[in-house]
Amino acid sequence: MNKRLSHIVSISVILALTSTSFLTGCGSSDNGKNGQVIVYNWGEYIDPETLEMFEEETGIKVIYDEYETNESMYPKVESGAVAYDIACPSDYMISRMIQNGMLAEINYDNIPNAKLNIGAQYYDQSKEFDPENKYSIPYCWGTVGILYNKTMVDEPITKWAQLWDEKYTDNILMQDSVRDAFMVAEKLNGFSMNTLDTDELAVAMNSLIKQKPIVQAYVVDQVRDKMIGGEAAIGVIYSGEAIYTQQENPDLVYVIPEEGTNVWIDSWVILKNAPNMENAEKFIDFMCREDIALKNFEYITYSTPNTAARELIEDDAIRNSKIAFPDLSQYDNLETFVYLGEDGDEIYNELWKEVKAY
Amino acid sequence: MRNTAKRIYVALIILFLYAPIGTLMVLSFNASKTRAKWGGFTFKWYIELFQNEEILRALFNTMLIALLSALAATVIGTVACIAMTGMKRRTKSIMMGITNIPMLNAEIVTGISLMLLYISLGIKFGIGTILLSHITFNIPYVILSVMPRMKQLNPSTYEAALDLGASHLTAFFKVVLPDLLPGILSGFLMAFTMSLDDFIITHFTKGVGVDTLSTKIYTEVKKGIKPEMYALSTLIFVAVLTLLLLINLSPDKKTS
Repeated sequence: MNKRLSHIVSISVILALTSTSFLTGCGSSDNGKNGQVIVYNWGEYIDPETLEMFEEETGIKVIYDEYETNESMYPKVESGAVAYDIACPSDYMISRMIQNGMLAEINYDNIPNAKLNIGAQYYDQSKEFDPENKYSIPYCWGTVGILYNKTMVDEPITKWAQLWDEKYTDNILMQDSVRDAFMVAEKLNGFSMNTLDTDELAVAMNSLIKQKPIVQAYVVDQVRDKMIGGEAAIGVIYSGEAIYTQQENPDLVYVIPEEGTNVWIDSWVILKNAPNMENAEKFIDFMCREDIALKNFEYITYSTPNTAARELIEDDAIRNSKIAFPDLSQYDNLETFVYLGEDGDEIYNELWKEVKAY
Repeated sequence: MRNTAKRIYVALIILFLYAPIGTLMVLSFNASKTRAKWGGFTFKWYIELFQNEEILRALFNTMLIALLSALAATVIGTVACIAMTGMKRRTKSIMMGITNIPMLNAEIVTGISLMLLYISLGIKFGIGTILLSHITFNIPYVILSVMPRMKQLNPSTYEAALDLGASHLTAFFKVVLPDLLPGILSGFLMAFTMSLDDFIITHFTKGVGVDTLSTKIYTEVKKGIKPEMYALSTLIFVAVLTLLLLINLSPDKKTS
C-alpha cells in the first residue's frame, strides 16, 4: 500500500506545482507595444477611463494596483515584492519615503505639464514635506475642517474651541486616528501639529482628555453618513467629503477653523529603481494634462491642484467653491503633516493610548 | 412562561446573527449612496454590478482561487492524513503539531513570511502566489476535519478487501475513501470558505493588478464602499442560503 500511495502523493504534488507555475507564468506577459508602467494608487482614486485613454494614446500598458492606507502601501513597496514605478502617497508618508531613500528625483523637463498646470501654491505647501519639490507632484489635496448641521447648533461654528463647548455634549464626532485627533488639540492650543515638544504634547493630550466626555464617538468613515443622517451636530471631516455630504443634506456647513488646520496633499512619486522610468514620466505628465485632471476631479471629487483643470470646470458653484478651493494664501496657520520618525510616532501613539484609555 | 422566554432568547440570537446581513440587503436596494438616507427602491446597483468589470474579475479570481486551493489542499491534506495513520504514535503527534501551527499562527505573520519567501526565491507575484499561499493555509483545516474520520476507520475492512482480491488502489477507493468522504467534504468546504474570505495573506502575496473580492472591497475604504458591493454580497448570501436549503432538504425527501 505504501508504495502505491507514495506514487499518488508524488503525482498530486507534481500536478499542484505545475499548475501553479503555469498560472504564475501567464499572469504577467501581456505588454503594450511601448512597454508598461506599474502604478500603485489609492482605491477609487482615478477615473478608469483615463487609464484607457493613456493606453490608447501612448501604447503603454498600465498595470494598475490599489491600496487602502499609506501604512499598507509602504511595506509592499519597501519589500520589493513588486517593482512599482509610481505611487501616490500622502504628505507625511512622502517625507518618510524620502528619508529612507525610496524615491527617485523627478526630472521636470520630461513632465512639462507638471510645471505648466499645477498651481505654484501647492508646490509651496508641498515644501513642508518635500523641501525642494524634488520628489513629488501634487495630485489631490484638501483641508480638514468642521462640518456642522446648522439646524442643530445655536450659532455658527467657526473654531476648534467650540468642539469643547458642553452645549454640544454627545453631538460631536472626532476623527479616530492619532495625528488627526492631536492636530485638533494642537491647533486649539496654538501649537504646530508636527510638534514633538513634551510640554506642548502634554497640554494637547489634556485637552483631548477634557473633551472626551462630550464626544459622541471617535470615528473615521462614519462621519460622512452620520452627519448626513443628522446623528450628530458637529464633526471633524476631510474637505473632500464635505461637498458630497452637502449634496445629500443641504443643512450641512463646512468651515476651516480660525485656529488653522491641516492641509493634506497626495502626490505622485516615482520610485527609485523604477523599471519603466520613461513611461512613468509619461504617465504623470498625462495625468497632469488639464482635460485628464478635470476628468479625475469629476470622478474623485477631491480638490485638484491642477489650476488649468479648475478653469475648465463648468459649474460655477464648484469652480469657485470655498470648500473645494480655499485660497491658501488667506491663512497663515495651515500646516501639512511630516513624518516624525519612529520615535515621534511612538510618542504620539503612547499619548493617544492614554487618551483612549482615560 | 418558560417557553416564551426560550423563544425570545432564540429570536434574539437569530436577530443578532442576521440583522447585519439584513441591513446590507436592504441597503443594496437603496437608491441613495449613503446609508443615512432612503432614496427609494432601485435595482440600479445590481445592474451596475454586472457592468463593473473590475468587480466581476475580482469575483472570478476569488472563486477560482477558492476552488483550486480547496481542491489541492483537500488532496494533499487527505493524503497527509493517510500517511500519518501509518506513522508511529510519537512521530504522528509531532506531525499533527507541526500541521496545526500554521492555523494558530497569526495571519499577518503567515502573510509576511510567505511574501519574504517568494521574494527570496524570486517567484513572480501574481495569481499563482495567492494560490500557493491559500493551499498552504488550507491544508491544516483539511487535516483537522479528515483526521477524526480516519481514527474511526476500522483497519480490518481495508485488509478484508485485500484478502478478497482487491488491488491496493481498488481497496482504497472502494473501501477507505467512502468512509472518509464526509470528513473530506467538510474539509473541502472549510478550506473553500477560509480561502474565500481571506484578506491579510492575500494582501501580502498578491501581484500587481490582481484582486480578490476582499482586497477589492478594502481598497474602497478610503472613499466609502460602493453599493454595488452590497448587491454582490446579497447575491452571494442568497446563493449560499439556497445551496444550504437544497442540501438540507433533499435527505428528507428520500426518507419520506
